[in-house]
This record gives sequence, structure tokens and C-alpha cells, in this order.
Amino acid sequence: MVEFLQFTLSGIVFGMVYAAIALSLVLIWRGTRLLNFAQGGMAMLTTYVAIEVIYKTHSYWAGFVVALVAGLVLGAICELTVVRPTTGKPELNAVIVTIGLLILIEGLAGILFGGQYRSFPAAFSITGIKVGGTPIGVSPFDVFVAAAVLVTTLALAVVFRYTSAGLRMRAAAFNPTIARLSGIRVARVLTVGWALAGLLGALAGVLVSPSTFLYPNSMDTIFVFGFTAAVIGGLDSPVGAVVGGLLLGVALSYAGGYLGSNVTVLFALGILVAVLMVRPDGLFAGARMRRV
Amino acid sequence: MRTLPRRLGVAIIVGAIVAFLSLKLNPFRDYQIAEIAVEVTAVAGLTVLTGLSGQISLGNGAFMAVGAYTTALLLLHLNWPFYLVLVIAAAATAVIGAVVGIAAARLHGPYLAGATLMLGVALPAIAYVYPATFGGDQGLNVVFTTPAFLGVNFPPTRWLAWVAALVALITLVLLANLDRSRIGRNWRAVRDDEVAAALDGINVAAARIRAFVVSATSAGLAGALLAIVTGTVAPGAFTITLSIALLTAAVIGGLGSLPGALWGSLVIVLVPTYVTDVSTSHGLSSTVGSNIPIAAYGVVLILVMLLFPHGIQGGLLRLISAFTGPNEKSRIRRSAPTPHVTPSADQATASQHEKEGTS
Repeated sequence: MVEFLQFTLSGIVFGMVYAAIALSLVLIWRGTRLLNFAQGGMAMLTTYVAIEVIYKTHSYWAGFVVALVAGLVLGAICELTVVRPTTGKPELNAVIVTIGLLILIEGLAGILFGGQYRSFPAAFSITGIKVGGTPIGVSPFDVFVAAAVLVTTLALAVVFRYTSAGLRMRAAAFNPTIARLSGIRVARVLTVGWALAGLLGALAGVLVSPSTFLYPNSMDTIFVFGFTAAVIGGLDSPVGAVVGGLLLGVALSYAGGYLGSNVTVLFALGILVAVLMVRPDGLFAGARMRRV
Repeated sequence: MRTLPRRLGVAIIVGAIVAFLSLKLNPFRDYQIAEIAVEVTAVAGLTVLTGLSGQISLGNGAFMAVGAYTTALLLLHLNWPFYLVLVIAAAATAVIGAVVGIAAARLHGPYLAGATLMLGVALPAIAYVYPATFGGDQGLNVVFTTPAFLGVNFPPTRWLAWVAALVALITLVLLANLDRSRIGRNWRAVRDDEVAAALDGINVAAARIRAFVVSATSAGLAGALLAIVTGTVAPGAFTITLSIALLTAAVIGGLGSLPGALWGSLVIVLVPTYVTDVSTSHGLSSTVGSNIPIAAYGVVLILVMLLFPHGIQGGLLRLISAFTGPNEKSRIRRSAPTPHVTPSADQATASQHEKEGTS
């Protein structure tokens, strides 16, 4: 029973990280109808920036803030330089461009920072919290991870729902042509969407790296699970991204805990297939229209 | 009926060029020829799936793993002749491809991409779960001997290059025939408009599943070749990087085009090797030197996609049409992956919204 609680709680913590990556993919998908394969690589690069700042300033929080800002800037730069020129070309071209971007970023990280594994500091203690003498499977830092993603998600939700900037972004995602006719600068909105996605990715990178180490490919697995979470939830639904992330995190935690770490990816495939067989467009897909 | 002899002719000429190259060049080049042949076989199957039937797959590396492990197990335990092993490996992957195709028939776009990506990640993990059968992390060794009639001095890599190139050419000829057959036309109809295809009496689900079977079989053959070329089959060879490289090669070469599959394979095999040669000859430090090819490869992918929207083959055809007149342009359009070339980004995204009903 204690074991079950431990697996559940640690699953929720990892699930929040997957949710952050999934959310960033959903943001980009809603705006540009594009899967950003470079999302994990971008997060890895901003985490390297954070670690360099932490070494220089001896302040975790300086690195944390710089990483988030770097994520914003990197997202915007990527959109403006390589993604925008793909508009109007075949859909898959943009996907291959983001794959090229991922490879380029991983190569650059190798050149700039080397390929060795680096440990990344945590903001708070990583020894497990004990309740009445029994460890419950999460540390104070894990609580911070979950809280940070939750707060960021809620802040984004508030921005999207209650501010005029959020309204413009939703309009641009819903129908770019009408949004443009209504005076919204759709191109700028897309850049902002990529910047926000970059920020979410950077957050995920900083939060997950204390438990995975940091190296040029360190975010690949996290990206795959984040993508899976987004697909489970439905790529058009921010709520779906969070639910998908939590669902996947908890399920993988049980699979890893009870069945062994070798079967986790098989388990993830099983969940994904099961969900897609019932809901081919994810759990939170809207009504499907088809143009005849 | 005239096309079959013509394609066989092209295949024989290409085969002769490969044989000539392999006799003239050193064993390392032979190995590269074999590598390219493996790549082409897999990429050609994927370009048919994604370019002709319109289904994306980020998991064809998993089918290669199935073909490779089947080959390794048959050679290891039963020691059957290779051509027989090749047939069994193809059949085994075809069955797996059918299962995946049935599951994938309802999925579209990113959902299909996500499902196949996870397949590519998960399937090779079975090797870790059953280490007694599949050798775990170490994998299985594959012994492939050069036939005696070639003599003792015949380089083994040359024989590997010949076998791999032959299988690749046969696969390409068969795929080219499928492409121009009724099956290929049905794929294009399904790709361009599912509803219209269904109204024309095409069984959409069957066409899509058929494409997956063909694609998986090609990947299985490529996996069988990879097993004998590298001499070992381990899960580390079938990472998600492999699956992504296959899709990249298909798109870079020109999606839906079989010559494009060759160009794309040449790019992904030769560009990293070439840049490594250049950077080591300039005496760069190992950290920088080993990462520059990676970064340069990324830049090449981005540039090709931005400069040649229809891949290298599309660029070549445009170049040819510049000399021969507008007649050839129709071929560019026919090989283009997306039929609706919209003038502005807004309209493109807007029409997608209509199609997929976003809210």
C-alpha cells in the first residue's frame, strides 16, 4: 500500500514534466499545425545555459530565470529563422526542418559543452519526505517540480482566457484568415506561441535534469514521452496535454515499479494504442468535421 | 507492358555501375555501398507509404528490427541459405506490418506519427525483456560467409555490397511496378481525398493497410541486409534515430519518388562521413570534430527543405524542365506529396482547420 502511494506520487511528478513538454507541443500545434521535434533539444540547450549561469553566479535561481528567458528567446528565434520560411510548402517539410533543427542543436551543444554527462543541481532537498517514519516517494524538490508546472500551466490558462493577448492567440489558432481580417497580426502571434512553448520546454528541462543528468541527448526520452502524452490527450487540447502527461507518468511509474524498467516503453505503447483505438484523435478531441 | 523492360534495363545499368564501382574502389567504399543499399531498401518502402498512401511512419526502424532479428535467429539456429532466410524475414515483417496497418488505418497526421514513433521505441525493447532469445543488450552475432566459388581472395565486404545492392534493386523494381499499377493509383486516390476515393469504390482501409504491409516488407528486407552487413543484431541499432533518419531521407530525396529514395539515402549516409573526413583532416579537437558532422547534417536538412520544397528529385526535375520545356512539369506535380499547394500560409492552415474541425 505504501509502495502504491510512492509509485503514484513519483508518477505524478514525472507526469507533470511530460505535461509541460506536451503543453509546449500543443501550443505550437494549435498555432502552426506543426509537430516540433526540436522541443526536447531546445530544452536541453537552455538547461546547459542554466548550468553555466549557475556555475558562474553560484545561484540556482539566477540559472532558473535565465533558462526560462533563454527558452522564450530561443523559441522566437527558431520560429522566425527556420520555421516561418516553410509556410506554404508541403506539411512534412516543416517537420523535417524541426528534425534538422534538433540535430543542429544537439551538434552545437556537443561542440560548446562537450558530450560528457553533467549533474544538474536541484533547488531543494532531494531526500524523500517521510510521513510518520515511512517515505512517501517524493522529495521537497519533487513537490517544487509539480508546483512549478502547475503554476505555469494555470498562468498560461489565465492569459489565454482572460487577457486580450490570449484572445488574439486563440483567434489566430482558430481561424488565421478571419483573425487577420479582424486586424490581428497573426505572424507575430505565432512567434509569441513559439516563445511560450520554448519557455515551457526550458522549464521542463531545468526541472527534470536533476534526475536524468544533462548531455546532448538527455531530453530525447522526455520528448518522446511528452509527445506521447500530447497524442493521448489530443493535440488540440491543453487540458488533454496535462491529463495525458499525468496519466502516462503514473502508468509508467506503476509499470516500472511493479514490472521492471525494461517494460515501461512497451507499456507506454500499450496505453497509446488502447487510447487511440477508442479515440483516434486523443481523449479530449473536439467534434470531427470532414470536408467533402 | 513497355515499362517493365525499361525498368529492368535501368536496374541492370545501375547494378552494372555498382558492380564496377565496387571493383574499382576500396573495401571501405564497398561497405558504404552496402550501407546505402540497406538504406535505400528501407527508405523506398517508406516513401511509398508516406508519399503515395499519405500515411506517416516514424517507426519503420521497428520493422527493420523484426527483419534483422528474424534473419539472425534463422541463420544462428537453423543455418538456412540466405535467400530463403530473406524470404522468411520479409514474410514475418509483412505479417507485423499488416497488424500495425490494421491498428493504424483509423489514425491520421500527428496521431499516426505518435503511435508509430512509440512503436519504434518500444518494439526493440522486447530484446531486453527476453534476453535469452534475443541476446539482450549485446544482441546476436550473424555469420555470413562468402561463397566458395568466388575464391579465397575475394573481399567479403564486396560480396556483401553485391548482395545488398541486388536486393535493393529488386525491391526498387517491384515497388516501381506497384507505383504504376492499380494498387498505386488507389493509394494516390486515398492520399488526395479519402471521401472521394471511397465514393469511387476504393476500399480505403484495405488500401492503407496494403501500403503498411509493402512498407514493412521493404523495411524487413533492409533489416535482413543490415544484419549480414554489420554482422550483429542488437537493439542499439534500431533506435528512434534510425526511424527518423529513414523519414528524413524519404522527404529530403523527394517524398513519393523512388529515385528520390536513392538521393535521400546518399545524403544521410555520405554527408556525415564526408564532413567527418574534412574535420579530422583539419585537425580539430575530438569533441568539436565529432560534433561538427552532426551540426552540419542538421544544417543540410534545413537548407534542402527550404531550398527544394519537393526534395532533391523535385529540384532535379525542375532543373530538367528548365531545359526541355513545360512538359516535364506535370511529373513534378505528380510526385508532389501534398496536392493542395496554397499560396499563403493562412489559407493552408485554414483549410486544415476545416478538414480536422478544430475548436
